[in-house]
Amino acid sequence: MFKSSSVLCSLGFLLNSSRFSARSSRTFRPLLAASPPPSSGLQGANMPFGNTHNQVKLKFTSDQEYPDLSKHNNHMAKVLTPAMYERLRSKQTPSGFTLDDVIQTGVDNPGHPFIMTVGCVAGDEETYEVFKELLDPVIQDRHGGYKPSDKHKTDLNAANLKGGDDLDPNYVLSSRVRTGRSVRGFCLPPHCSRGERRAVEKLSIEALASLSGDLKGKYYALKNMTDAEQQQLIDDHFLFDKPVSPLLLASGMARDWPDARGIWHNDNKTFLVWVNEEDHLRVISMQKGGNMKEVFNRFCTGLTKIETLFKDRGHAFMWNEHLGYVLTCPSNLGTGLRAGVHVKLPNMSKHAKFEEVLKRLRLQKRGTGGVDTAAVGGVFDISNADRLGFSEVELVQMVVDGVRLLVDMEKKLEKGQSIDDLMPAQK
Amino acid sequence: MASSFSRILSSKRNIGILSLVGGSATVGFLLHRDHVSAGSPVRRRYPASAEYPDLRKHNNCMASSLTPAIYAKLCDKATPNGFTLDQAIQTGVDNPGHPFIKTVGLVAGDEESYEVFADLLDPVIKERHNGYDPRNMRHPTDLDASKIQSGQFDERYVLSSRVRTGRSIRGLSLPPACTRAERREVERVVVDALAGLKGDLTGKYYSLTQMTEKEQQQLIDDHFLFDKPVSPLLTCAGMARDWPDARGIWHNNEKTFLIWINEEDHTRVISMEKGGNMKRVFERFCRGLKEVEHLIQEKGWEFMWNERLGYILTCPSNLGTGLRAGVHVKLPLLSKDARFSKILDNLRLQKRGTGGVDTAAVGGVFDISNLDRLGQSEVQLVQTVVDGVNYLIECEKRLERGQDIKVPPPLKQFK
Repeated sequence: MFKSSSVLCSLGFLLNSSRFSARSSRTFRPLLAASPPPSSGLQGANMPFGNTHNQVKLKFTSDQEYPDLSKHNNHMAKVLTPAMYERLRSKQTPSGFTLDDVIQTGVDNPGHPFIMTVGCVAGDEETYEVFKELLDPVIQDRHGGYKPSDKHKTDLNAANLKGGDDLDPNYVLSSRVRTGRSVRGFCLPPHCSRGERRAVEKLSIEALASLSGDLKGKYYALKNMTDAEQQQLIDDHFLFDKPVSPLLLASGMARDWPDARGIWHNDNKTFLVWVNEEDHLRVISMQKGGNMKEVFNRFCTGLTKIETLFKDRGHAFMWNEHLGYVLTCPSNLGTGLRAGVHVKLPNMSKHAKFEEVLKRLRLQKRGTGGVDTAAVGGVFDISNADRLGFSEVELVQMVVDGVRLLVDMEKKLEKGQSIDDLMPAQK
Repeated sequence: MASSFSRILSSKRNIGILSLVGGSATVGFLLHRDHVSAGSPVRRRYPASAEYPDLRKHNNCMASSLTPAIYAKLCDKATPNGFTLDQAIQTGVDNPGHPFIKTVGLVAGDEESYEVFADLLDPVIKERHNGYDPRNMRHPTDLDASKIQSGQFDERYVLSSRVRTGRSIRGLSLPPACTRAERREVERVVVDALAGLKGDLTGKYYSLTQMTEKEQQQLIDDHFLFDKPVSPLLTCAGMARDWPDARGIWHNNEKTFLIWINEEDHTRVISMEKGGNMKRVFERFCRGLKEVEHLIQEKGWEFMWNERLGYILTCPSNLGTGLRAGVHVKLPLLSKDARFSKILDNLRLQKRGTGGVDTAAVGGVFDISNLDRLGQSEVQLVQTVVDGVNYLIECEKRLERGQDIKVPPPLKQFK
């Protein structure tokens, strides 16, 4: 009898956010007396970055809180109507991540007239459930019409890749595959506490320390590395820096830098894991030359081993059959996979049909510094445009087949021949 | 038994314990409205020792005072608005500081932060404000400009004079924590009040979201326009969220009285003019502040203020008066004298370049202003600047004539 009434009391406490009546904000807080009142404060508040506890906002109307998105051009701004804001603003995930936490980066970064950013992030796995009314249309828009009822196929069996060991190394300078993984049960970088982030790091170090053979390697914590180690990692192009992009900073991912961040790589320097940068883990397989098959083999083997090592310690990766692997940014859902090459296409890149060819092949180009950089000396970073709705094998296959075709076209253009008969159909 | 049970249940952080005691069905019932994915715990909770930040490379006031014991005591607390210790210290964790410059390293999210987190804030205030102890000292407020003596500088040396402070609107959260609606309410309340200013204080508001290009250019030319903060000290504290929503600049038609809305504080109030008439600058400052206060009081609002801490602002370094009174002054000879820094120190003054904080001096022209903010009144601080700058000009003149100068004895801290 006592038990149930106290359950109901606390239920009332937990639900009281929806029972706050609108009050004049002026009279809400008592004026402070000259001498300080006892300082107990509230107990056990959650820790959203930069935002007050959600309950406080509910005393203002939805219109008063709705962000000004009139100059914005990102996926979030396209979808978040005032009515939707009103329906979602009283919600939060079990760990306390709120709608405003989800959208803060999109509010702070209006976007660019030509580049459509996502404008929202997840703070935990449940974000994609609790805020599905916002995130489903964002996902649909970003991932080529992927519907809430669609199922995503995961295929990390590298044997299913056809070819890929035959890209011409005179053109293809390097090959790389990356993805991300999140550890189930821990909040994601925008929302995690220091304790959680450190726990993710500790788990990762333990799991990676068990890798053997050509995957045997070493972990370098950002805050402990020596100057010599740091220089080596920079020279190898492995070292990641504190994010400077306002897209990332505004979401809270850079808090407490460089605490619990680090880089692990194998002794051969062909398999690399970033810990606690934009995601819990970013996993990268890479090597010089055009043998994408070997890169993908190692990628799949390494990933599968890491997943097993985590499972042995009682931790699964965040995954479900609708969204595939769950990551911080909705743009990385599904496979989270970007398979790419650095390839010399000086003639092809000047051709009027270059963009059209890329589009049909479902590929995208970037400069060799990665996203938001320009190409140098006709060398481009060519990778898959998709992440969700295709399996890992399918995406890498598209890159392998597409790059082979691009190199063939480049060779034709070198000889002064036309490429019209090589134009591909839309994939 | 019921009371111990409700104590366990009254805090979300203990839902983990609840799931052990009451079974998963109870947890499921309590969390049902948020339709949790099945099976996972609500949120992993770690002891304070696992959450305590790594401050070993840090050099700021927060890091000097935040012991693991104080962290453990305060980490579960929140102000009535839900502002937490982690939010308060985030800027200090993210910005370790500089070996030579000691930043504060924490901010307040609301007026109650200074109470709820007093165990950390009191020692920080003490360190930053030269031993001022909020527990047993009182801060004097005095905005009677008529008390200033010798407030007209030699204009062959002093190029401009300026006084600034900040004011916060009681009942609304501060920039690190405020919601969009609260920030818009601050803007509405202040703009409303400013529209009531008359005479030489009549002016106009320029909202950052709505100003025309022409207005923007004029404000830049007048050196009035403030930009989105780029300093990580400010951005890490969350003050730049939702930029430029509800931010703006108001100034009077004569361009001698200027108010920034929702930048680092609810309001920053600035009185300035070319030349050396500091007394007039301060007179307008006091008059304008009192007028604005009167106008918001008519509508039922007031400024955040109390006897212990004076005017409450976002950064603990700006408590008390929040006042920086300064001049741009030509001191080419004195600034090259080895005793320059010591003289400034003893006069309780600081130098900056003419671009403001963190800039270098150009052409021997320095920004000279008061060091202190808390523990002395506005009148006392402005008088300190007046006396000090007059002394510096005297030194400069003596050096021009080939005469020697003296380092003055140090001023007493709290009068």
